[in-house]
Amino acid sequence: MRSIYDEQLKTLHDSLATMSALCEDAIAKAAKALQLNDLALAAEVHTVTERIDRLERDVQSQCLRLLLLQQPVAGDLRRVSAALKMVTDLERIGNQSADIAETVQTGKLPDNALKRVLHDMAVSVIKMVNGSVESFLNSDLKQAREIIDYDDVVDRHFDGMKTLLIAAIRDDADAGSYAIDLLMMAKYLERIGDHAVNIAKWVIFAETGQLQM
Amino acid sequence: MDPIIKAENLELWYGEHQALRSISMDIMPQKICALIGPSGCGKSTFLKTLNRMNDLVPDCRIEGRVSFKGEDIYAEGTDVTQLRTKIGMVFQKPNPFPMSIYDNIAYGPRLHGVRSKTKLDEIVEKSLKSAAIWDECKDRLKKSALGLSGGQQQRLCIARSLAVAPEVLLMDEPTSALDPISTGKIEELAQELKKDYTIVIVTHNMQQAARISDNTAFFLLGELVEYGDTQSVFSMPQDKRTESYITGRFG
Repeated sequence: MRSIYDEQLKTLHDSLATMSALCEDAIAKAAKALQLNDLALAAEVHTVTERIDRLERDVQSQCLRLLLLQQPVAGDLRRVSAALKMVTDLERIGNQSADIAETVQTGKLPDNALKRVLHDMAVSVIKMVNGSVESFLNSDLKQAREIIDYDDVVDRHFDGMKTLLIAAIRDDADAGSYAIDLLMMAKYLERIGDHAVNIAKWVIFAETGQLQM
Repeated sequence: MDPIIKAENLELWYGEHQALRSISMDIMPQKICALIGPSGCGKSTFLKTLNRMNDLVPDCRIEGRVSFKGEDIYAEGTDVTQLRTKIGMVFQKPNPFPMSIYDNIAYGPRLHGVRSKTKLDEIVEKSLKSAAIWDECKDRLKKSALGLSGGQQQRLCIARSLAVAPEVLLMDEPTSALDPISTGKIEELAQELKKDYTIVIVTHNMQQAARISDNTAFFLLGELVEYGDTQSVFSMPQDKRTESYITGRFG
């Protein structure tokens, strides 16, 4: 029964999986462009985020169509409304990756050890973004909760970065010129972690009906 | 608050076939309680046990207890006519009597001995107003009720039930034969009526149950699978079978 409906729900899942993969790609490209000072790669991030934006609108219209035509209730309603909220977080993740790429494109960042911290942060947030969407697709409450806890790791990276930048400015007055850019990038990555936490919270809502905002 | 109707371990058989299995359920006053479930699940049967309409079915046997305001309605000596006055019923298909609008409403009160024209006029007007159909028929009270539209006929039937001052209204799919506009009017009417009456409604329309009821009971194969406040049942059902049914995956 309701095979068309189930097919539409599956399409929604597939679109979210694609969006998640694109977000991973955007973050990874931005992080790599930063490490290698690769301006061409940084430019590619914008192409990826444009695709994320298009998918966001597509998922939104899929959700509205499902609400209008299939009038989902119970678990289905929670999943559709969660998806509708999650895409906003995924779109923001895309934008923040684009912001990192844009900073790389200014071409004013020196090669130094600080970039290594940003790389580690990027690896952590990719793990969070993937995991959060995966937990939705697999209805995996345990994984969603792990993602929420894992945000502490990203927050520690961010605090570590702040400490390192303060030391860098203290040791070298010229460091101020790039320190703000690096701090901004660390903040973008930290915000990506927060968006992944939001997604994981929507997964908990979809599975349990409990909102923990 | 005490329930107005209480079913306890209610079992019902039609001959050899058991149609209700150990139903225990409290119906709270001045609330709308929706009974949902696939065809043959026992929801209409349960509804009919609440004012002993099943007495009319041959081979029907009942065990357990149904009480109305604490009194066992199946106890010996129960005045069934009086019971059905207190617990009125509205059916799926509007069934006005082939007489004038006025006489349809006055029929019940006359049976109960009301003779005064002034009193009857008052009851007719009040009942038609309560059923939100007064404005549409105040100028044609002496015309045949059969000339009304389906939706108007159904509201007339509700007015007829109200004329004998019931406390509970049982509605068996009251809008399934009506268009969306008439359905909307009956739904709004139900919301209005619950200020003074308790309503138990059987419906196949999930959205209707979600829209208008305070509590929802899901029946399946003669069992009460889940009963709770409507918002919880439709957003976070506790039983997998309820979820499958309301999301349209079986039934």
